[in-house]
Amino acid sequence: METETTVTWHVACQVSDIPEDGGGCALIDGKQIAIFNFARRGEWYATDNECPHRQQMAVARGMIGSQDGEPKVACPFHKKTFSLQTGHCLNDDAYQIKTFPVMVKENLVYIGI
Amino acid sequence: MKQELEIRIVVIGNGMVGFKFCEKLLSKRKEGQNIALTVFGEEPRVAYDRVHLSELFAGKSADDLTLAKEEWYTDNGITLYLSDPVVDIDRDSKLVRSHHGHVVHYDYLVMATGSGAFVPTIPGVEKDGVFVYRTIEDLELIQTYARKAKRGAVIGGGLLGLEAAKALLDLGLQEAHVVEFASRLMPRQIDDAGSRMLQNQLESLGLHIHLSKNTQEIKGGDCIEGMQFADQSFLEVDMLVISAGIRPRDELAKIAGLETHPRGGIVVNNQLQTSDPFIFAIGECALAHHMIYGLIAPGYEMADVVATQITGGEKEFLPFDMSTKLKLIGTDVASFGDPFIEEPACTTVRYENKAKGIYKRINVSLDGKSLLGGILVGDAEQYNMLLQTCKNKTILPPDSEDLILGSRGGEETGAGVMSFPDDALICSCEAVTKGMICQEVNEKGHRNIEAIKKSCKAGTGCGGCIPMVKDIIAGTLKLNGVYIRNVVCEHFDYSRQELLDLVKMNGLKTYNTVLDTFGKGDGCETCKPLVASLLASLWNENILQKDRAPIQDSNDRFLANIQKGGTYSVVPRIPGGEITPEKLIVIGQVAQKYGMYTKITGGQRIDMFGAHLGDLPLIWEELIGAGFESGHAYGKSLRTVKSCVGSTWCRFGVQDSVSFAIEVENRYKGLRSPHKLKSAVSGCIRECAEAQSKDFGIIATEKGWNLYVCGNGGSKPQHAQLLATDVDKETCLRLIDRFLMFYIKTADPLTRTATWLNKMEGGLSYLKAVVVDDVLSIAAELESELQQLIDVYQCEWKEVVESPELRKRFSHFVNTPAKDPSVQFEEMREQKRAKEWV
Ligand SMILES: Cc1cc2nc3c(=O)[nH]c(=O)nc-3n(C[C@H](O)[C@H](O)[C@H](O)COP(=O)(O)OP(=O)(O)OC[C@H]3O[C@@H](n4cnc5c(N)ncnc54)[C@H](O)[C@@H]3O)c2cc1C
Ligand code: SF4
Ligand code: SF4
Ligand code: FES
Repeated sequence: METETTVTWHVACQVSDIPEDGGGCALIDGKQIAIFNFARRGEWYATDNECPHRQQMAVARGMIGSQDGEPKVACPFHKKTFSLQTGHCLNDDAYQIKTFPVMVKENLVYIGI
Repeated sequence: MKQELEIRIVVIGNGMVGFKFCEKLLSKRKEGQNIALTVFGEEPRVAYDRVHLSELFAGKSADDLTLAKEEWYTDNGITLYLSDPVVDIDRDSKLVRSHHGHVVHYDYLVMATGSGAFVPTIPGVEKDGVFVYRTIEDLELIQTYARKAKRGAVIGGGLLGLEAAKALLDLGLQEAHVVEFASRLMPRQIDDAGSRMLQNQLESLGLHIHLSKNTQEIKGGDCIEGMQFADQSFLEVDMLVISAGIRPRDELAKIAGLETHPRGGIVVNNQLQTSDPFIFAIGECALAHHMIYGLIAPGYEMADVVATQITGGEKEFLPFDMSTKLKLIGTDVASFGDPFIEEPACTTVRYENKAKGIYKRINVSLDGKSLLGGILVGDAEQYNMLLQTCKNKTILPPDSEDLILGSRGGEETGAGVMSFPDDALICSCEAVTKGMICQEVNEKGHRNIEAIKKSCKAGTGCGGCIPMVKDIIAGTLKLNGVYIRNVVCEHFDYSRQELLDLVKMNGLKTYNTVLDTFGKGDGCETCKPLVASLLASLWNENILQKDRAPIQDSNDRFLANIQKGGTYSVVPRIPGGEITPEKLIVIGQVAQKYGMYTKITGGQRIDMFGAHLGDLPLIWEELIGAGFESGHAYGKSLRTVKSCVGSTWCRFGVQDSVSFAIEVENRYKGLRSPHKLKSAVSGCIRECAEAQSKDFGIIATEKGWNLYVCGNGGSKPQHAQLLATDVDKETCLRLIDRFLMFYIKTADPLTRTATWLNKMEGGLSYLKAVVVDDVLSIAAELESELQQLIDVYQCEWKEVVESPELRKRFSHFVNTPAKDPSVQFEEMREQKRAKEWV
């Protein structure tokens, strides 16, 4: 998650606000960001909360998992599945969501935008 | 040198059978065999699919019907002359001469001239507005004429006539009449009772049927204006299609001095040779075994027989099965084997259901062991099974009526087909046997119908065999141990049932322990809810506790149904649909306070839509305070037990259906299962609660209750079937306990009870044996397992409302209590609705 480019780190929430192996949505600068605590892998991810399929603000409520080792999240509406690493939609090439770097420090979750 | 090896073959006729012959010949040609193939066709276009001719009126183009493009002939070195009929055969010099003067030598000549429509000699047939129904050109003429016609008739109530009559309706004529000389419709395929049923169906769809009518004269000036019948009646029509049978095209054979039959047809032997051994006749022009085979399947078989012989093989044409199945204006009609054999030569079983327009008849041998033939009208679902049972002389079950009754609807089970011998003909259009399909699966590794269609053409003709082909593929794979282990997903190499047993034996209660012990990777949206459902079915602990919240499907995760726009709906339980005015008021107040849209559901309760995620615990807190419980509308679990008022108010009621419905609903509420469960209780046989459309339904009788199981509404409706009759309440509940637990333990994920039963080998009788007769000796276990689940039931929402830890998750944002600003509604009939998505 470390990165050299100019990102601004925003405090999103506390670690305990995001359920283990689940997600939550944070409002940052008026933008809805989905944050995932992939506890099984000891990894954190952040993406757009809006699903590009039907513009539903629901990615954070999606289920996470893996496909051939690649971490992913499935939108609860119609199960479009997005890679948490690249944001690429794994079952429909037409869609893509943004991903953001996450940093966890002293029980706080930071998102880089 | 080359000269010696070359075989010169001329085909007269580029119809369906002539084309199939070319195709077969090319594929059977051995290495080194040099074949010079010339085809003469009288029609202006290349061979097309005459069987589906009527689809021209349903939007298909002539090109769509083409069997192979002209390039196919060129690419395969076939010389094709269209619009150029052969007019003479010189048998001594072995050459043919065409209308345009082409003269071609042959070593073998194949006549595939087909047949034309038989037009009886009725005065007036030459008038404008009188048509036949055989070629694309015929249909084009009919289509043009129909634009200015209002009333049309068809002479002939056989297979083709009815098809033509439907075409007239499709073309927008206001009236379409069918005039048949015989006393019933489709006289060659079905009996009087079948004909009556078919007639009812067709009449209800707007066709007018006239039987035993002899047309004496076609009246009118240049154009037809009406039909005069022998019984003095008159029918006013402005167009007429004659479909009174076919007439083999044997005129050329006659000129050439070949033997023909006085009533038409080129006489051939079992090798399909005419009286000249170098000339064969195939298809509808040939008279084999004293008959003309007016269907496509025997025609294709004839093409195969001749192609085999010319390329050096041996094959005879055997008497061919004339069984047929077709859909006439939405009504299935089928006949197979000997449909007409009567008692005392056999035992006949008949089933008639006038309300549904179904008539079925089977003729069983006197010893009850084999099926001789039968007729199906209105429902031909079992046609393929019956046909194969008949053809293969499969030994019948003791209750042969089960063959046509006890229709379990839905799919045919795979077990039946797999009991057929390898040489059972499955696809009669392409002559593909069961053995050939198994071989494709075993040796070439084809695993789906598309691959099989490509590789051996099975199912590419009329398509009637496709369900059986699918079953054979599945059955063969199963024998190989390949598939059928419906494994969950890439993370679990087990079926749901296997996983359930493993989880149970090991006492696992969280998702991560299950994944660590039996799976790999990090799980996904398929296995997580599945394991969640297993855990719930096994232990019935709160689904949001431990690590279970994030593995629930989105609805279960927030104990509410997610709706368009991302809001949720709230459905409190209203057992049996009975509710006090006080509680109704509370629902109204809560809905008002949180701005929700309300609607009565099909299951007799009230659905409140448009709740923000963050409001859910508040809403439920109020509802629970007023005595409501979760309705589990979001879960794969018991939904509602619908009821009618029964003997408490209804003058027909024989039992108190409401009280029983409430008892049943309270007993099974919260029960997690492979799919949702619905139920209903009716107070008498009038069935106002529609119990027979439910996963389990109860109907009151004078003596007790009848229990029905495995019904389904939704997208694939299916009637529930009777499991027990006149049982008392306690027995009824005990049977339901066993039934539900058996389903929970053995069904695949997301399989409703109806589909579960359809796939069960042995079907209802097996289910009965297990649930009622306890042949597996598991009834006691099933009952106690179910009782345990009932004992630990708690309202999920109550637990959430009371737990600050769980409540915390019900917020759209983790860093602000704000609601989702993107949620939008639109006004509608004084309420609101979700904004349409773009
Ligand atoms: C509307 C309709 C619906 C049907 N539905 C079904 C069905 O559901 N199921 C079923 O099994 N069957 C059905 N059939 C019957 C099926 O179409 C025929 O069995 C099949 O077409 C027979 O093929 P054939 O090649 O023998 O004859 P055809 O397809 O008639 O081909 C014969 C060809 O030879 C040509 N010809 C004749 N004389 C000469 C000559 N001297 N020189 C050159 N060419 C010549 C003709 O013009 C014609 O093109 C239907 C038929 C029709 C008309
Ligand atoms: S099913 Fe019978 S008892 Fe129930 S409402 Fe209908 S008629 Fe009355
Ligand atoms: S029938 Fe279709 S649209 Fe209607 S509630 Fe069911 S899923 Fe929704
Ligand atoms: S809105 Fe996300 S998959 Fe349809």
